This record gives sequence, C-alpha cells and structure tokens, in this order.
Amino acid sequence: MKLVRDTWLVFSRQMTLVLRNPIWIIVGLTQPLFFLLLFAPLLRPLFGDDAYQIFIPGLLIQLAIFGTMFVGFALIAELRQGVIERMRVTPVSRLALLLGRCLRDIVQLLVQAVALVLLAIPFGLSVQVENLLLTLALLAIIALLCSAVSYGIALALRSEDALGPLVNAVSVPLLLLSGILLPLSYAPGWLQNIADLNPFSWAVTAARELFAGNTGADTVWQALLIVGTIAFAGVAWAARAFARGIR
Amino acid sequence: MIQTRGLRKSFRTRQGLVEAVRGVDLDVKEGEIFGFLGPNGAGKTTTLRILSTLLPPDDGEAIVAGADLRREPGEVRRRIGYVAQGGGTWDEVTAREELVMQARLYGVSRAEAKQRAAELISAFQLESFADRKCRTYSGGQRRRLDIALGLVHRPRLLFLDEPTTGLDPQSRAHVWDEVRRLRDEGMTVFLTTHYLDEADALCDRLAIMDHGTIVARGTPNELKREIAGDVITVGVTGAGEQVLKLFEAEPYVRDLEPVGDRLRLYVDDGATAMPRILRVLDDAELSLASVELHRPSLDDVFLHKTGRSLRDEAA
Ligand SMILES: Nc1ncnc2c1ncn2[C@@H]1O[C@H](COP(=O)(O)OP(=O)(O)OP(=O)(O)O)[C@@H](O)[C@H]1O
Ligand SMILES: [Mg+2]
Repeated sequence: MKLVRDTWLVFSRQMTLVLRNPIWIIVGLTQPLFFLLLFAPLLRPLFGDDAYQIFIPGLLIQLAIFGTMFVGFALIAELRQGVIERMRVTPVSRLALLLGRCLRDIVQLLVQAVALVLLAIPFGLSVQVENLLLTLALLAIIALLCSAVSYGIALALRSEDALGPLVNAVSVPLLLLSGILLPLSYAPGWLQNIADLNPFSWAVTAARELFAGNTGADTVWQALLIVGTIAFAGVAWAARAFARGIR
Repeated sequence: MIQTRGLRKSFRTRQGLVEAVRGVDLDVKEGEIFGFLGPNGAGKTTTLRILSTLLPPDDGEAIVAGADLRREPGEVRRRIGYVAQGGGTWDEVTAREELVMQARLYGVSRAEAKQRAAELISAFQLESFADRKCRTYSGGQRRRLDIALGLVHRPRLLFLDEPTTGLDPQSRAHVWDEVRRLRDEGMTVFLTTHYLDEADALCDRLAIMDHGTIVARGTPNELKREIAGDVITVGVTGAGEQVLKLFEAEPYVRDLEPVGDRLRLYVDDGATAMPRILRVLDDAELSLASVELHRPSLDDVFLHKTGRSLRDEAA
C-alpha cells in the first residue's frame, strides 16, 4: 500500500503544479477547439450530419496521444532542477514516481476530453453515457501508455534536444496510420493493411463504434485488449527505466 | 558513522573514461562536522552521491550510518539526509508545502508532517517567506530551505554538498551557525567545500581531495602543523648573517629563510618556540625590532600536497 500512498503523494504534488500554471490547461483545450471549429466544418460536405460523430472520436484519440507524448520534457526539466534527485534519496517507491506522473497526465487528458465532448454537443454530437465512459477508459489507457513511454525515453535521453525529434518521428506516422483525420475505409488496401498493425487505429475504430452506439462491437473489446496489453508492456518498460535510471 | 574502503567510480564519456573517484578511504566519527575540501572536479560530489545511494560505486565498500551501502541502500536512505550541490525545489510551491511533502515521502503522517514543517520553519527562521513560492526566494533563503528539507526525517547523518557556495557573508554565517547547532544536537554532518576558511573554521576534521584521491586528512590544526608547524618572523635591528647562524643550531627550528631584513623561522609549535627564540636573541644581546607568529593556512597544506594552490584554482 506504500505504492498507492506514494503514487498519491507524487500525483497531488504534480496536480498542484498543473493548477498553479493554468496556461497548460488553456493551451490543452484550445488545440482541440481549433480542430472542432476550423477543421470539422470541412468534413460536413463529406459526411453530412454524421461529421462530428465520426470526427470527434478520432480527435479524442489524437488528444490522448499527442497530449501525453511530450510529457517527458517536464521530467527532463525536473531532472535538471534537482527535484528528482531529492526524491531519490528518500525511500519513496520508484514506481510511484512514474505512476504519480502518469496519473496526473491521465486526469489532465480526461478533463480535456470531457470538455471537448461537451463543446461538440451543440454542434450535433450525441453519445450515450456508458459509451462515453468506455471511450474515456480507452483514452486513459492510451494516455498511460504514451506518458509512461515518454518518461522512459526522457530518462534514457536526458536531453530535450534529442527527445523532441524522436517523439515527432514516432508520432507522425502513428497519427497518419490511425485514421484519425479521415476514416481508413477511404485508404487503398496496402495502407489499410499497415494501419491494422497500428494499435491506435484499432482504438480509433473502437471509439467510432462507441459513438455510433455499437457498445457490443467486437472492435471495442479488441481495442481495449490490444491497447491495454501494450500499455502494460510500456509501463513495465518505463518502470524498469525508472528503477535503473534513478535507483 | 561512515567507513569506506577503496571507493571507486569512473564515468564513460565521449572523450574517454573520467576517473572521478579513485580509491577513497574515509572514517567519519559520530557527532562531528567532517569536511571535504578540494578544487573543482576533485570528486567531492561524486563521493557524496555514492555515499547517499545515488550512484553505485564501481568498486569498494562502505558502511553509512550503520548500514551497508551495497546491501541495504533502503536503510541508508532512511538514516541519512542529503542536500545536493544545486538544491532541488519546485518553483511554484512554498517552503512549507515542500517540507510537508518531503516528510510525507519518508512515510510520516500528514499531521506529523505539518508539525515537523512548522518546527523546521522556526528552527531555520524561514517564517518570513515560508508561505511564498520558492521562485521568489533569495539564494540564501533557498539554501536554508534545502538544508531544512534534508532534516525532515531527523536523520543521524546529514550530507551537505557545498552548503555555502555563492552565498553572501551574512547568509554563510547563518548556515555555519545552523551546521554547528546540528552538531551540538548530536548529528554528524559531512560537508564539502572549496573555501579554505570554511574548512578551517567550521570542520572538526577534514579530508583534502584532489583528482579523485584523498591527499591529506586530520583536524585543521593537525593538517597545518603537519606541513610547517608554525611560522615565526623576527626582525632584528643591525644584524645579518650573524642571526642566521644563531638559529641554525637550534633543535626546534625545522627550517629558516631570510626575507629582506627579517628572518622566517619554521617551527613545530610557535607557542613554545617563541620564548626560546626570544631568549636566544637576548643572550646574544641583540635587540628585537619585531616578531610575528603566523599559523600556516590550509592553502599551504594543499600547496604542499599537490604542488598547486587552491586559491588559484578557486579564482
Ligand atoms: N555524470 C557524469 N558523467 C561524466 N563525468 C562526470 C559525471 N559526474 C562527474 N563527472 C566528472 O567527474 C569528476 C569529478 O566531479 P565531481 O562533481 O565529483 O567534482 P567536485 O569535486 O564535486 O567538483 P565541484 O567543486 O566543481 O563541485 C569531474 O571531472 C566531472 O567532470
Ligand atoms: Mg561538487
């Protein structure tokens, strides 16, 4: 239970820091708002009234990936500031140092996601509560995966200059191969085959099924299982990096 | 309180292997202020990081606060406090919040953590800024908070890495007082410094480190005596060669050299040599114009051991 307690301690400190620097919340919310206001209207002629129903789930997944992929930057800043070293000489659980931060990232993401959904409702979006909750669970798992991996990489590289390009190099193909911007049913066969290897494309498909009201669709549990498994592996890897890098 | 044998640590860098610590043996006694004096890059921080479990040594053994460094790092962590050279606080939180969190990290309950934070705030006189964000603190205020953070779990042994570097004289004096107070309460304090006066005035015993090894150790007085004893300079009116001859035969004079119209005598102990010197001059019926007793500084010690002056390095 020390792990839970320590995770909570790290999480509360991280939340305090976020709340004292609300600029990040505002930036985090305006980005999806831009997509909602400036990009979604382009889809209307293509998809008619379904435009938001198709686009918002993808946007949520994108938010979960890109909102958390870069969290490693904050860790590098903390390493430089010496706060990590200060934590390391205490008996605090090393895993808690990782999980507390991931938890902060998840909470931050879920707040943004809920805000985005609420904003889209006046535009004609509709979703049942249980389907929304399932989508949020999926988003939380993605956020856990991306933030843990980002922290793990940050710890290995210890340099902002190296982290930025690396994360970009990984995330752009992931984004393009996920069907976030446009459904992959428009893609040629070979592109669809590659996209099938991208766990996030499963997540996007699942989220669209949920927003279409198909709670029982196979892709829903498949996506949860796939992303869940990878998230578990990602956290295990990052936890090892934490245990070794900051033993 | 600390015993180490043959501690070693090298870093692999693109430019090759840096041997930061090359076989360090230490014995730090309970309840003393132990100082680590050395120029930049001597390996002081690396040694401290090894002893506080932050870095695994490549080789060597250490018992820190009664726990084996390799086998029980968790136990070592519970028993020691460590204040890093650069400190480590978040800008957007207050000293009180940092102290409470730090205590909680050691498993202390919330109520108890608040209590301890309040105690440390008053002990370190942080009241006037304890509820302001750390971002707004002066260097001295920040340093006092760093030290207080190392004490929330009431360790028996505190490591302070350059506690006063970059502080103004008043803040330095303040930190010195705190360190002495901790020692008087029974704590063992292990600090590093590259200030000669700090090593001299504050430390009960010290080790001088250079290029990853310890080149000298002892109390500040022992170290200084080991080198040259004391230096006595006498000025004698209207005498030259004659005076030199007079003292060459004296057994307690280790070495002597004329400097201008004065004579420098290196002796083991100035306090006992002084009256004998005066008697010699008296017996020779020479009249004394001036006499001066200097204690050799730690810089002389460093100079003697390494061939370089610490003062030049620090400048
Ligand atoms: N992580 C590291 N990687 C590579 N080299 C390192 C690392 N840490 C320290 N060194 C090197 O080890 C040597 C000793 O460094 P250390 O920080 O222990 O010196 P120091 O005595 O604390 O010096 P200062 O008075 O400047 O703080 C230096 O040459 C330093 O460059
Ligand atoms: Mg140092």
